[in-house]
Amino acid sequence: MGTVDLLIQGLGVAIQPINLLYALIGVTLGTLVGVLPGIGPATTVALLLPVTYRLDPAGSLIMFAGIYYGGMYGGSTTSILLNTPGESASIVTALEGNKMAKAGRGGAALSTAAIGSFVAGLIATIALAFLAPWVVSFALAFGPREYFALMVLAFVTVSAAFGDSALRGLVSLFIGLTLGLVGIDLQTGQARLSFGVPDLLDGIEVTTLAVAMFAIGETLYVAAQGKRAPATVEPVKGSLWMNARDWARSWKPWLRGTVIGFPIGAMPAGGAEIGTFFSYALEKRLSKHKEEFGNGAIEGVAGPEAANNASAAGTLVPLLTLGLPTSATAAIMLAGFQQYGLQPGPLLFTSNPQLVWGLIASLLIANLMLVILNLPLVGLWVRLLTIPKHWLYAGILLFATLGTIGANPSVVELGMLLVFGLMGYALRVFHFPIAPVVVGLILGPMAEQQLRRALAISQGDVTVLVTSPIAATLLTLAALALIVPMILRARGRGQVLTQMAADSD
Amino acid sequence: MKHVIAASILAGAIALPFAAMAADYTIMAPAAPGGGWDQTARSLQEAMTAEGVSGNVQVVNVPGAGGTIGLAQFAQEANGNPDRLMVGGYVMVGAILTNKSPVTLDAVTPIARLTGEFEVIVVPAASELQTLADLTAKLKADPGSVSWAGGSAGGTDHITAGLFAKTVGADPKLVNYIAFSGGGEALAAVLGNQVTVGISGYGEFQAQVEAGALRVLGVSAPERIAIVDAPTFREGGVDLVVQNWRGIWAGPGLSAEQVAAITADVEKTVNSESWKKVLAAKGWNNTWLAGDDFKAQLATEIENTTAILKDIGLVS
Repeated sequence: MGTVDLLIQGLGVAIQPINLLYALIGVTLGTLVGVLPGIGPATTVALLLPVTYRLDPAGSLIMFAGIYYGGMYGGSTTSILLNTPGESASIVTALEGNKMAKAGRGGAALSTAAIGSFVAGLIATIALAFLAPWVVSFALAFGPREYFALMVLAFVTVSAAFGDSALRGLVSLFIGLTLGLVGIDLQTGQARLSFGVPDLLDGIEVTTLAVAMFAIGETLYVAAQGKRAPATVEPVKGSLWMNARDWARSWKPWLRGTVIGFPIGAMPAGGAEIGTFFSYALEKRLSKHKEEFGNGAIEGVAGPEAANNASAAGTLVPLLTLGLPTSATAAIMLAGFQQYGLQPGPLLFTSNPQLVWGLIASLLIANLMLVILNLPLVGLWVRLLTIPKHWLYAGILLFATLGTIGANPSVVELGMLLVFGLMGYALRVFHFPIAPVVVGLILGPMAEQQLRRALAISQGDVTVLVTSPIAATLLTLAALALIVPMILRARGRGQVLTQMAADSD
Repeated sequence: MKHVIAASILAGAIALPFAAMAADYTIMAPAAPGGGWDQTARSLQEAMTAEGVSGNVQVVNVPGAGGTIGLAQFAQEANGNPDRLMVGGYVMVGAILTNKSPVTLDAVTPIARLTGEFEVIVVPAASELQTLADLTAKLKADPGSVSWAGGSAGGTDHITAGLFAKTVGADPKLVNYIAFSGGGEALAAVLGNQVTVGISGYGEFQAQVEAGALRVLGVSAPERIAIVDAPTFREGGVDLVVQNWRGIWAGPGLSAEQVAAITADVEKTVNSESWKKVLAAKGWNNTWLAGDDFKAQLATEIENTTAILKDIGLVS
């Protein structure tokens, strides 16, 4: 039976009313939980696992898939409206999205996130159905040295994209890199910079840092402004929905975000947030409205949100084809498979085609439900901003604190939230960008581990870093991204850059 | 998570007057959701509820540092509380040593060893290494030329690699062990031909072995096991048996009667049909060992693990 026939048969399984109900429950729960900072999709699926023991395998996995997609989407709502990223993949969304919300364009930001997620989820799920075997062999070609090269490219492109001052951006980045060193070193099992505090042994939680820097830091900043700041923002200026111009500026970032997010999600050591960084950096470089970046550019929401959701579908590629869980949620789904005596892996597509195609089909359904569920809510969500500032920020403070201690009930965690919040305030006061700190915390440990793995495998031979074609290509791109703008600037032809961006658009 | 705890405390308070009712348990998995300890805790939860051993079982995850963060928290919170259980195992023994954890397994009450999983050494199908003897020869000639992919440093996989090298007469300090977070990443490195061999529990590699993408060189079991079609280390001339076991602990400060009651509840669960189904589905062995036998075994294990971690150079 061909792929198309199997997919149609799978859709037949997924549109059975009871399975549609499971998908709806999953999407609703996932969205609700994604909104809470700290409690991610993995914890929700783990909590729900016992409930699903009595469902048939298809039903329970369909519900899991709904939670997964819902969770990835839910995080963007709080990022945009409250500047409080629920999970690491929606950190980038907060950058432009929250600026848009403050300028009365929250409706457009939420809509481009919802529709972008839908478009990306749709394309990526279809890609999962048809391209999985090829994508997985590409992903497996990535060893430690290729990952290291990818991280170098990420550092170069991403740090260039944040803020106007390279020096300030680098200072922020290095704060993040230092924080990334805290905890047990994976290769030797030794603790670093933990100062004998057991809670620091596992390193600094990305969501704690992000919530502290963004939400707590901003709350303090607003409080310090006192009466100088206007008491409320105007929630809607112009249309609540996306206007024609928004559509024109969004559709390309959606597609580019999908193309970036899907393969990175499929990589065993990728992670959804890496795709969002690349997408943001790319959109900023290609945009005709560079001056809007940092002040609410819709491309900066559309691209990363699409990348985030495409990456969620990408994660299922190694899970279904190799039995490789590359995210915490995928690991729980794997446990779910095993509960029914199913072993995901190369044989699953042939031994249980109904289940696999049923799952892929229900992802398509879950994706559709997500957009149907969320678009009508946009108007309601935006009204959150009409709450007077002192109430709104008090609420954000409460919400951020509850989310953090809900995920990890520990005094030290709470202390970290406070200290990083103060740090976020100080950085704002002195005009240092916030995002590179979080980027450093995420990318730093990955880059370090991959570099050390690569050098250990080669027994210290540095040339391996450039002898693989993929690594060499990525490093060349990184070098170009670093050098070309310098040369152009040195020649005093900054306008050429703008021209180039316009041409390639 | 917080309200789950609050709810279970509330439920406990309501249940207090009816002491004759089945006990409520809160099982701590000192790891993130999805891993082996989490799966053990959740399987216990399911089997205990299904068998009516307990009416209300909660699982809480306290991830980090090979379980030592959870252990420290558990030793404090579960003091004198017979409703609290914690899953742990061999990996925790190693982690306590490498992390120099201030709280050790002496601070909690061992109940029983529950399950075990043997380690396997695998190579990609295209590898030049055909047998364990090929690996032994390569390892003896140049220990650094064999890169081993497995879980975190100082864990069961790393210890097994060190013991393997030591047994064949290579210097365990020179073992080129590459630690990956989680089994998935290590498996990807083996499949992608990035490393010489992979070492982990058989469950991690099973699907790939059945599909012919990986070849098993040897199993760390004392004799051949049904699920793996490969020789044991011993058959391959390496006299080494390792089993990655998992067990369950209760808090400190419990009376002998309380410990006996918990042990009876766990034993009843382990002998049930639901638990047997779990073992079959996950490929775990039943390694039931309770009371003083478990304590004695634990003491030997800690001693041996300290020795090999010193040999590898992780513990000074």
